[in-house]
Amino acid sequence: MARTFFDRIWDAHVVTELGGGWVLLHIDRHLLHDLSGGPALADLASRGLTVSRPDLCFATPDHAVSSAPGRNGETYTDGAKLYATLRDRTRDAGIAFFDLGRRGQGIVHVMAPELGITLPGTTMVCGDSHTCTNGGLGALAFGIGSSEVVHVLATQTLRQQKPRQMRITYDGHIPFGVTVKDVALHVIGALGAAAGVGHAIEHAGPGIASMPVEGRLTLCNLSVELGAKMAFCAPDQATADYVFGRPLAPVGDAWEMAVRDWAALRTDDDARFDKEARFDMAAVPPTITWGTSPEHTAAVDGVVPDPRAASNAATRDAWQDALDYMGLRPGQALRGTPVDWVFIGSCANSRLSDLRDAARVIRGRHVSPGVQAWVVPGSVEVSDAAESEGLPSLFRAAGFQWREPGCSMCVAANGEIVPPGQRSVSTSNRNFVGRQGPGARTHLASPATAAASALAGAIADVREY
Amino acid sequence: MQPFSIVSGPAAPLMRQDIDTDVIIRIEHVNVPRAELGQWALEPLRAPGFVLDQPMFRGAPILLTGANFGCGSSREHAVWALQGLGIRCVIASSYGDIFFANCFQNGMLPVTLPETAVVSLAEQAARGANVTVDLRQCIVIAPDGTQHAFTLDPVRREMLLEGVDELGLTLRSATQITAWQREDALRRPWAIPNSAGGGSVNTDPLM
Repeated sequence: MARTFFDRIWDAHVVTELGGGWVLLHIDRHLLHDLSGGPALADLASRGLTVSRPDLCFATPDHAVSSAPGRNGETYTDGAKLYATLRDRTRDAGIAFFDLGRRGQGIVHVMAPELGITLPGTTMVCGDSHTCTNGGLGALAFGIGSSEVVHVLATQTLRQQKPRQMRITYDGHIPFGVTVKDVALHVIGALGAAAGVGHAIEHAGPGIASMPVEGRLTLCNLSVELGAKMAFCAPDQATADYVFGRPLAPVGDAWEMAVRDWAALRTDDDARFDKEARFDMAAVPPTITWGTSPEHTAAVDGVVPDPRAASNAATRDAWQDALDYMGLRPGQALRGTPVDWVFIGSCANSRLSDLRDAARVIRGRHVSPGVQAWVVPGSVEVSDAAESEGLPSLFRAAGFQWREPGCSMCVAANGEIVPPGQRSVSTSNRNFVGRQGPGARTHLASPATAAASALAGAIADVREY
Repeated sequence: MQPFSIVSGPAAPLMRQDIDTDVIIRIEHVNVPRAELGQWALEPLRAPGFVLDQPMFRGAPILLTGANFGCGSSREHAVWALQGLGIRCVIASSYGDIFFANCFQNGMLPVTLPETAVVSLAEQAARGANVTVDLRQCIVIAPDGTQHAFTLDPVRREMLLEGVDELGLTLRSATQITAWQREDALRRPWAIPNSAGGGSVNTDPLM
């Protein structure tokens, strides 16, 4: 019978069938962060249990730490206890802990691929819904809740039911001024925020073959905003080239064996999916959100939609609520809407290629007066690589703040928030009500669009820069 | 974990779609002790007259809500916060996958019904009339007596009915897991971190 990439990884990780379609699934990699890792380790201890495979767990503080230059684990005082708990409990359990200020620290989904923790063909979990990011390397990676984190710590397995399968096929080349982030937002806008509920999504087609690996990480990151807890791109030569030589990647004979195994991880030509969609990337414009769900998208040179045009009453009400919250009127042009904050960072868009995209736009120009513009690199690795290219001084000269790696203003769990009523263009992945702080108005966009908007002091079309 | 069989009582209608877990519990409250989370539940929606603050819905055991409920962040605090309000069952046409799984870890029943059935229930429940959710028969009984059958994975249903925790069951398979890992280490030596064919990692793999 024809099998998919997903079937192959799934089947290879079944420890035992539990009946009724349930399996005990082995988990090869477990990422822990400050927000959920420390409390889960404490919970485990309170049940009298220990960590089953500390060698498969990797921890770093990212959510509840300050990104201020010169920060330490106590700079954000409300996060100090979470930081200390993660540091102390991972040390006691023998789990690798990538501390602030040292190589390896960063947003979990940025540091794991770049250290070679994430590998094609592995299963990976983390108490964070954006774990699907790691699927960009061909891992079966997904977010889990607190109870499941404890379950994995204790047993290195999860009780899971196979999800349905969806494939999104990409054709064409990404046009000038457009990035993978725009493609991802465009797809969510077209399919809706619940299109992937209950599904594992394979991103496939010529558009993926020609997409750089960091772009695949961004695309898989945004897939949870389609409602799918896992998404992936089957590994190819570009994936193997990306992984080779990374600190925790296999070497020698193990590497040769890995590459052979990964080559077999493909979807058969005659495999069938429960759901399919297809997009021509050449037709995607620079895309931005106008509302409070990632599906509320429009072309950056488009207008805010009219709730009266919605297809049903529930959607009409949702659009109206979103416009009220965002302080926008139907028919209003998005381009030119004044902004107060620009945030370039998050597990969606804080990798070196993202920072280069933004840097190309700002070169020689300056942030508009009154705009607070931040760059928060995704990891120490990214920050160091950017430093070697002179990016921090370029951003600083343009009026941006260059900060320390972490989740920062994407999640507002670290004191870094957009003040109530203020408008932000953000390269993060969620524009939910209050996501960047109570009353904050978030427009999701690409790093290039965010940079152009910082210069303009308003939502801008990067194709004019 | 409290077993779930029949729950009957007022069903609060909160008919918005895409209520995400950031709205259900704001991130700055994740340090709040679990038993106290209820006071912060759905905080961004709690304007004067908010449905769950109306006397007839205070402590209501059932929540009726719009599609894609619980989308977004994986925080299990979302389930705990709803439980803190007294909610034991949510009825919607669809859910975020991680929130849906988190419900079963905590004795919360997420019932999936067609949108038209949820809307009809919400209209009837708006004045505080009782709705009954019977997990043994897998039916929701509307105030007018209409029965809406729902389906639920039988394993999950059994765990809710018995109030069983997944971890306790899996720990019984410890030997089997270890055996699988031993075979896997031969099959996929490369899957062991930083391995040239079976090595191990210390606590500082980059040093």
